[in-house]
Amino acid sequence: MSKSELLQLDIATAGKGLRDGDFTAIELTEAYLDAVEASRELNIFITETPDRAMADAVAADKSIKAGTSSKMTGMPIGMKDLFCTQGIKTTAASNILGEFIPPYESTISARLKAAGTILLGKTNLDEFAMGSSNTTSAFGAAINPWELTEDKKPLTPGGSSGGSAAAVAAGAAIAATGTDTGGSIRQPAAFCGIVGMKPTYGRCSRWGVVAFASSLDQAGPFARTVRDAAIMLETMAGHDPKDSTSAAQATPNFEALIDGGVKGMRVGIPKEYRVEDMPEEIDSIWRRGIEMVTAAGAEVVEVSLPMTMSALPTYYIVAPAEASANLARYDGVRYGARVEGDDLNGMYSATRGQGFGKEVRRRIMIGTYVLSAGYYDAYYKKAQRVRTLISQDFDNAFHSVDALLTPTTPGAAFPIGEKEDDPISMYLNDVFTVPASLAGLPAISVPVGSNENGLPLGLQIIGRPFDEGSVFRLGQALEDAAQFDKRPRLTLEGFK
Amino acid sequence: MSLDRETIVRIAKLARIDVEDSEIDGLASELNNILDWVETLNSIPTEGVEPMVGVGVSKAPLRMDNTNDGDIAEAVLANAPDPAPPYFTVPKVIE
Repeated sequence: MSKSELLQLDIATAGKGLRDGDFTAIELTEAYLDAVEASRELNIFITETPDRAMADAVAADKSIKAGTSSKMTGMPIGMKDLFCTQGIKTTAASNILGEFIPPYESTISARLKAAGTILLGKTNLDEFAMGSSNTTSAFGAAINPWELTEDKKPLTPGGSSGGSAAAVAAGAAIAATGTDTGGSIRQPAAFCGIVGMKPTYGRCSRWGVVAFASSLDQAGPFARTVRDAAIMLETMAGHDPKDSTSAAQATPNFEALIDGGVKGMRVGIPKEYRVEDMPEEIDSIWRRGIEMVTAAGAEVVEVSLPMTMSALPTYYIVAPAEASANLARYDGVRYGARVEGDDLNGMYSATRGQGFGKEVRRRIMIGTYVLSAGYYDAYYKKAQRVRTLISQDFDNAFHSVDALLTPTTPGAAFPIGEKEDDPISMYLNDVFTVPASLAGLPAISVPVGSNENGLPLGLQIIGRPFDEGSVFRLGQALEDAAQFDKRPRLTLEGFK
Repeated sequence: MSLDRETIVRIAKLARIDVEDSEIDGLASELNNILDWVETLNSIPTEGVEPMVGVGVSKAPLRMDNTNDGDIAEAVLANAPDPAPPYFTVPKVIE
């Protein structure tokens, strides 16, 4: 098989080819290492790991030969540079981590490694996963392989997991890991025309993932198909004694749950998501999605989530508050870049003043303020109470429906540099993704069509806690109906 | 509620983040915009509503308080700026 033919395969088909002996993991890895090199202008990877990839490939071929392989064995993947990888520089896209080389491996990356995946490198992201455009990265923004047809300004791949989404869309990785705090998997997946899945909070271990907002952070996969996302999530998920918030739930065979169709499922359309000034392209893709699941046999009903518009302000109290506590650890003492000061506090302040970028500093300061004496009840406690109401909205809706269908984002990918002047306009990117994050619910974004400029648009399916199965099944129904097979204009030569 | 320059300086000090004098006005306006926006939550009645601290955290899991690793001082110090093994170093804090 030629390199460009190898790059067309998804996890399901590449796995079959590897096990049938049509090609080796080494051949597949070499094709992807070429693709990684050819896509460097997209600034996808912060650190490339070609030597590690080749060593992983040798091990994968051995395991396939020995008959001990898994569905993920031999799959060349990108790893968001928020997952600590033993012996490989981990940056969180921040200067404050300096040359940090973790002496330990995150549970997620360890599970993927044990399953025989091949590490191509660490992918770009917004600094500490705080952003919706990848522009807060200390290493420069990753670029979306899709481009506008007319002015050709580089587009954002979304954020925070922008590098991972761009890698999968460009064909520079067969799949990739992401983390999602308020939409950081689903929004970039929608912007890049691929599948992104945020599982139920607690499904994936947070151990070894650089923390942003601990009550919200959750890892998940980026993939080209719903089936691939299910296969990869199965490897990532599972209880971990090292993370006290990881759920003691057995991991189902997610791939098997995809099949079976959606006949008889009840799908809710939350009326509050039909926001004022919703662009026609979003309204129209949403209507098409409703038609698709209806045609597949699901029953569509309108539901109400009255607290929807309170979710973003709630998130922008809760997430910065947790971030200000989590990021207190970057003090220049135990790891990372130290900047000397006159005394201990001077050293802390200089290190943090120079090490953190603008958006991270902004969020730490908001978080510090809402947690400070005299304001804690007015802001933080208030937001926690509203969070309860948001979560109850979903509980109520799930009395009458099995899942919800909404747009993933309020628009398609926008040019890098837009929305930078006003933090709130950037925050509004996550208006449809944040509510499910606050409630800890599983949610997927599936590419369903494109706008008049040819840019991909995604729809989101939100499910009950630990009911990823229904989410995947509906995702598969959308994928089957949409037949979204467009490829980015900046696609690598061999991947076209 | 509007943040003045003095409050910005106080927050920056609490957060241990150096802020240049020239940045204070800009930060004040950005933070005020964000706070004005999140204060829309005040219109929502929440009396008697329990605060939600997280998902599925009603009962903290317990485990035996056993040592399960250790003797890895070298690994712990491997990323330390200017270490004096087996110690981290900080600027002098006692006169």
